[in-house]
Amino acid sequence: MSDKTIKLKIKRQDNPRSKPYWQEFEIPYQPLSNVISCLQDIQKSPSAANKVTVNPVVWDCSCLEEVCGSCTMIINGRVRQACTALVDQIESPIVLEPMSKFPVVRDLLVDRNRMFRALKKVKAWVDIDGSQDLGEGPIMADSVRATRYTLSECMTCGCCLEACPQYTKDNAFLGAAAFSQVRLFNLHPTGDMHADERLDEVMGKGGIADCGNAQACVEACPKNIPLTDSIADISRQTSLKLLKDLLLK
Amino acid sequence: MAQRRKKIIIIGGGLAGLSAAMKICESNAEVILIAYQSLKRSHSVCAQGGINAAIDSRGEGDSPDNHFYDTIKGGDFLAEQPLVRDMCYKAPSIIHLMDRMGVAFNRTNEGHLAFRRFGGTLYSRTAFAGATTGQQLVYSLDEQIRKYEHDGMVQKMEWHEYLGAVLDSKGICRGAIIHNLRTNEIFTLAGDAVILATGGPSQVYAGSTASTVNTGAAATMAYLQGAKYANGEFIQIHPTAIPGRDKLRLMSESARGEGGRIWVPKRADDNRDPLDIPEMERYYFLEEKYPLFGNLVPRDVASREIYDVVYNQNLGIGGQAMVYLDLTHKSKEFLQDRLGGILDIYKKFTGDDPKVTPMKIFPAVHYSMGGLWTDYETDSEGMIESKSPRNQMTSIQGLYAAGEADCHYHGANRLGANSLLSCIYTGLMMGPGVLSYAENIAKSADDVPSSIFEDAKSYWTGRFKTINKMHGSENPYKLHRDLGDMMMANVLIVRDNKTLEKAYNSISDFETRFKDVNCVDSNDWANPTPSFINQLYCMIQLSKIITKGALMRDEFRGAHFKPEFDLNQPKDFDPHEYIHYQEQQNFGEVSDDAFPKSHLDYMKRFEANNKKWLKTSIAQFEGNQPNITYADVNTSLMIPRPRKYD
Repeated sequence: MSDKTIKLKIKRQDNPRSKPYWQEFEIPYQPLSNVISCLQDIQKSPSAANKVTVNPVVWDCSCLEEVCGSCTMIINGRVRQACTALVDQIESPIVLEPMSKFPVVRDLLVDRNRMFRALKKVKAWVDIDGSQDLGEGPIMADSVRATRYTLSECMTCGCCLEACPQYTKDNAFLGAAAFSQVRLFNLHPTGDMHADERLDEVMGKGGIADCGNAQACVEACPKNIPLTDSIADISRQTSLKLLKDLLLK
Repeated sequence: MAQRRKKIIIIGGGLAGLSAAMKICESNAEVILIAYQSLKRSHSVCAQGGINAAIDSRGEGDSPDNHFYDTIKGGDFLAEQPLVRDMCYKAPSIIHLMDRMGVAFNRTNEGHLAFRRFGGTLYSRTAFAGATTGQQLVYSLDEQIRKYEHDGMVQKMEWHEYLGAVLDSKGICRGAIIHNLRTNEIFTLAGDAVILATGGPSQVYAGSTASTVNTGAAATMAYLQGAKYANGEFIQIHPTAIPGRDKLRLMSESARGEGGRIWVPKRADDNRDPLDIPEMERYYFLEEKYPLFGNLVPRDVASREIYDVVYNQNLGIGGQAMVYLDLTHKSKEFLQDRLGGILDIYKKFTGDDPKVTPMKIFPAVHYSMGGLWTDYETDSEGMIESKSPRNQMTSIQGLYAAGEADCHYHGANRLGANSLLSCIYTGLMMGPGVLSYAENIAKSADDVPSSIFEDAKSYWTGRFKTINKMHGSENPYKLHRDLGDMMMANVLIVRDNKTLEKAYNSISDFETRFKDVNCVDSNDWANPTPSFINQLYCMIQLSKIITKGALMRDEFRGAHFKPEFDLNQPKDFDPHEYIHYQEQQNFGEVSDDAFPKSHLDYMKRFEANNKKWLKTSIAQFEGNQPNITYADVNTSLMIPRPRKYD
């Protein structure tokens, strides 16, 4: 065994109202480690680098294979999932912070409810007649399916919003994830029947017009979702709708 | 006065819980959905390869009856046949429903659903949405529930944990005890029925493909409250997972469905780069031993063969516990299109590109075929009575189970792409029955004394106070790891009674250590540790069910492999012989020369073994131990026969 260790510097916060503080940790190096396994090691032996016993670090995780979207945090200054942050591929000491655009619940755990509320607002669903057997779904070209699939891989992880300069804790901006979902559902033959209702929701305050076109979202997306294409597409759809509404008034 | 709407409490936001919620909302009942985390995060998202339905879009002659046969055979005849038949018959309409909801299923040139092959069948029966089918199915159901939430039909309570059922003096479930994971408040909810769609228990093992939340604690709590837990010893080991420290990530069966080949170098000391090893010097052991099914033998078979190659033949790559899963003979474009998502995951976690170099994989704990025992009712034709309140009800009245938390659909081994199906099927199927139960109970939760709720609340408040005050020397997370390591070492692919007995006895050491646990987190806000300690207690109890079930079952069936009790099927045996043998028996005597002697002897052994062991094991909590009894399996639709895949 080598004496190699992994050093971590973690921004902690005991509850939503208390002040954040930094703590340093040092754990034995093991091959195949990722940020999650480091946090698990701290749980098993919760003491800071100065040997003082502390409460284990609290964070959010579930699948550990980058499909659930839970474990988003800021790692060495960059927002990403902790599960795919392999110790061998990142710089030491590893600096962990909670996302800054969402209220901290505790330590690295944040409350991303605003993202789910946005999905509700933009009516991100296909309106079906019910779960009774109504036969096959609509015929669809595989190319359309492929575009939809890419958009549908969004795991509501929040990376795009953390990176977005327009998205702040105290404004109403819906953000790239929600706009991209509007595109996803408007691309579906049945979803398209209610396309206007979704567009209405992104044409008001905090809607698509507030996007500053910084293009940081697409850089941050761990699933390589073409978010800027989605924003451009939804801008087009809303402009057309605006024109249509004006002419038909 | 208008009657109040029926109130159904659903625990769990995966496929089973969401399907049940959707079905129940449609009947205008009130749904409270309790989830340990945000809804889109449930473990169902991890399912990769697809979902089975015999739609026969390729004209191969597939049918729901074939699907039924493959599922029953794959499960080594331990699954409950009327339920599995109904599931397979309903599968095509389930896929069409999910398609209507907008799941991005891959499509054909003509724009219809595309299907691919999976293990344990010769038909292309698996619909898929890229390489993240489970995720896509969860999202589409989550979206429907969001619509109902928007319409005020569903009340979601995320970041809440189920601690147990509120039982009245007659043992009827009248609600649930809930723990707010932020405020740590403990409270009760009254309801007309409670559904546990709480997933599997793979966290009992240290090396699994499970999400961190899959502790099996909710189902175990039902068992501790008196519910029957069935077939706990049947744990599926998935043949292909990626080695890792925090978890073993799944490499989907679809990699083999799309042509992936499993091999090792023929020489143990062959340390060449895999691409430099010529075809003649590779040992494609599954293809050689099972020419018919090849790399797509069922999971129990594949895992056992990999284990045998690594540990008995010492042919693991570089002497390590790994074999190659090779896709490099396929074009990069094909692989990106069909398997892009999972191959990217492999690359992200190992740094190697599977399109260029063969993957290194090894089996990992993946799924529990067993779970809470549930009831059902058939009509005069033997079909499932769709509105029966008995459907999916556990042995506690008013408490239901669905999805991986139940036990009847996969027998002794689950076929790939049947889990997403059984989760959605059970969720949808139970809806009408749960409502008819709620409508017909003589007394509702409103009519029972409020003291049962107060008592439940005060018991759990006290229990968590005690946990918070535990200041022993055992770290609960370390103890969990040790328990998981013990289960990996002793209750895995190859089982023997001596080891199992030792393992079972060692669990009492874990119980002793548990009493000395230290509640390592003192914060009174959003503190996961007390809740984890309670889950750990459940996992210790669960490990007893699994280990004792395995110890007592003296046979080799599906995922439960005890070499000592292998019936040694003759190499040239044909399972049809057994059907003839049964027919001859029904008509009187079997003549001595009708079958080769070794075959006849084998069939007699097989018959005697089934008589004794073709039973559902039922664990009940008595005196801090599982008391295990055996119940008949309904095999009225298909004669149990020897399995064969070569």
